[in-house]
Amino acid sequence: MLNSLTKIERDPNYQELVRRRSSLGWMLSLIMLVIYFGFILLVAYAPKFLGTRIGTGVTTIGIPIGLAVIVLAFVLTGIYVRKANSSYDVLIRKIVEEDRS
Amino acid sequence: MRKLFWPLAILLVGMPTLALAAGNIDGGSKQATNWSAIGMFIAFVALTLVITYWAAKRTASAADFYSAGGGITGFQNGLAIAGDYMSAASFLGISGLVYTSGYDGLIYSVGWLVGWPIVTFLIAEQLRNLGKFTFADVTSFRLGQTDIRILAACGSLVTVAFYLIAQMVGAGKLIQLLFGLDYWIAVVLVGGLMMIYVTFGGMKATTWVQIIKAALLLSGATFMAAAVLYKYGFSPEALFAKATEVHPKKAAIMEPGSLISNPLSAISLGLALMFGTAGLPHILMRFFTVKDAQAARKSVFYATGFIGYFYILTFIIGFGAITLVSTDPAFLDSSILEKTKSGIAAIKGGSNMAAIHLADAVGGNLFLGFISAVAFATILAVVSGLALAGASSISHDLYGMVIKGGNANEQDEIRVSKIATLVLGVLAIFLGIVFENQNVAFMVGLAFAIAASCNFPVLVMSIFWRGLTTRGALIGGFLGLISAVIGVILSPAVWEVTLGFAKGSAPVKLDNPALFSMALAFAGIWLFSILDRSERAEIDRDGFDAQYIRCQTGIGASAATAH
Repeated sequence: MLNSLTKIERDPNYQELVRRRSSLGWMLSLIMLVIYFGFILLVAYAPKFLGTRIGTGVTTIGIPIGLAVIVLAFVLTGIYVRKANSSYDVLIRKIVEEDRS
Repeated sequence: MRKLFWPLAILLVGMPTLALAAGNIDGGSKQATNWSAIGMFIAFVALTLVITYWAAKRTASAADFYSAGGGITGFQNGLAIAGDYMSAASFLGISGLVYTSGYDGLIYSVGWLVGWPIVTFLIAEQLRNLGKFTFADVTSFRLGQTDIRILAACGSLVTVAFYLIAQMVGAGKLIQLLFGLDYWIAVVLVGGLMMIYVTFGGMKATTWVQIIKAALLLSGATFMAAAVLYKYGFSPEALFAKATEVHPKKAAIMEPGSLISNPLSAISLGLALMFGTAGLPHILMRFFTVKDAQAARKSVFYATGFIGYFYILTFIIGFGAITLVSTDPAFLDSSILEKTKSGIAAIKGGSNMAAIHLADAVGGNLFLGFISAVAFATILAVVSGLALAGASSISHDLYGMVIKGGNANEQDEIRVSKIATLVLGVLAIFLGIVFENQNVAFMVGLAFAIAASCNFPVLVMSIFWRGLTTRGALIGGFLGLISAVIGVILSPAVWEVTLGFAKGSAPVKLDNPALFSMALAFAGIWLFSILDRSERAEIDRDGFDAQYIRCQTGIGASAATAH
């Protein structure tokens, strides 16, 4: 068991998987935090900015900004899932095969 | 046990019909009995009981009971997660908030959604690879089983209890309004059906009830939002223009209002919503119902899409209600209208009824019945998920791992969780009745604060931080739990509104304690871990490498058992 663990840890595929997945995961988390708390700070400190009207209508700039946060949350999740499906799963399969052999 | 299924089911479904017959005679101040709503609700319950019967025949092992045998697909689980999250409180509450305050409702929706990407990036796959039935499987993976299971069970049960009370009270009030049933009958009905679903059908039945309800709720809300937009030629601008014209706050409903006044309070609430999502036991449990980490990841993607879409719909529904409900005397209480001259304040049944009245306005009586039945179904499904999470924590974590030291007989463990479900059900009914006239709005916020301050920090640190030790997790976790509870008691919402102390006298000015309780939890976990020089701490740290490999690759993860 111990041998198997060290073997996996030394596997370049494993090292690549860990490096790529954790950097993407934490980076996307950070982006989401910045977007959301940026929005909350706008709400708290610049409500009048969010109340700026777009053109001549009654729709304010806050509406597209709020909707954009919702859409971005979904898009970021999509980026992660796409990346994971296309490259991480391949790496994991290689590591598992390597481990069995 | 299974022989009891149909007699119990028929008894429960029959109860409201009898009560209604009696209710028709004495009349009273309740809403008139809504027969189309009741018909559709009975159809829903009948369908879910058939599913429960089907699931009960296929639920034999502990894996079937806790995690539906791991046989749920990513898409199905995405719908089920969305179902767990789109409670009646978020459907009726957020559309009601948009109805009274406009833009403020959108701020809340955004907060409820943004936890999901974090769950995808940091929790979902890791949870599936490391755990089996409850999130405590993950936190206790390399730490001292007994201590950590007790901590996780406390965190889970307290979260579930507060969430459950809020749902039961909301259910009682809502059903009283929608169907004209007595409050206590509504509460008994919800509690009783919940016990049937969970004890007979386990996770399989609970998941399918959730999936059906999510599909119904999404299609109903889509129809309503489309009908509203259709009336305004699919121009949001025209809808907003009409809304600002008829709403007493005029153009102020298009910008942030008074709801969020104190910046620190706003950030604190934001933290609770964002990280609380990643610590709710009934949500975390859903990741064990899928085959592998890949399916877990896909399911959060679908769930995020459904939930985001749903919140956009509730925003349109809220504005639709401003233009179509607050201007129609049929939906307004004439005596309040006389006094306040505001259609918004005069809405019959309070602002939570905005979406229900809008259903009547755009779809007539039949659609009103449909939406009412969906709202009831929503509550049923959410309380079932909560009860299952609470029961699993008792049977798997406390009975199986702490009392029996991991050597519990599988059938005994299932029996314990069924008994735990019945106890939780009776307790929920009892507390639901006790809290009938209390303001319970703070309880959902409290549940999120505890999830964010106790469950989430321990979970994320155990997955990612080598230095975490049993002692650090235990002290930090309890610090978070206790400070969150104290912070809520001393907050304006409880101190002034519920306990009745003078306005402005609340010792803590934050509406939600997450800002300091989360910080305390993380600081406590860190400090007491690095100071920990015990033998146990050595074992904890040494176990990290093996855990990390399994977490990343899924090698050794518990497999699906579905047949």
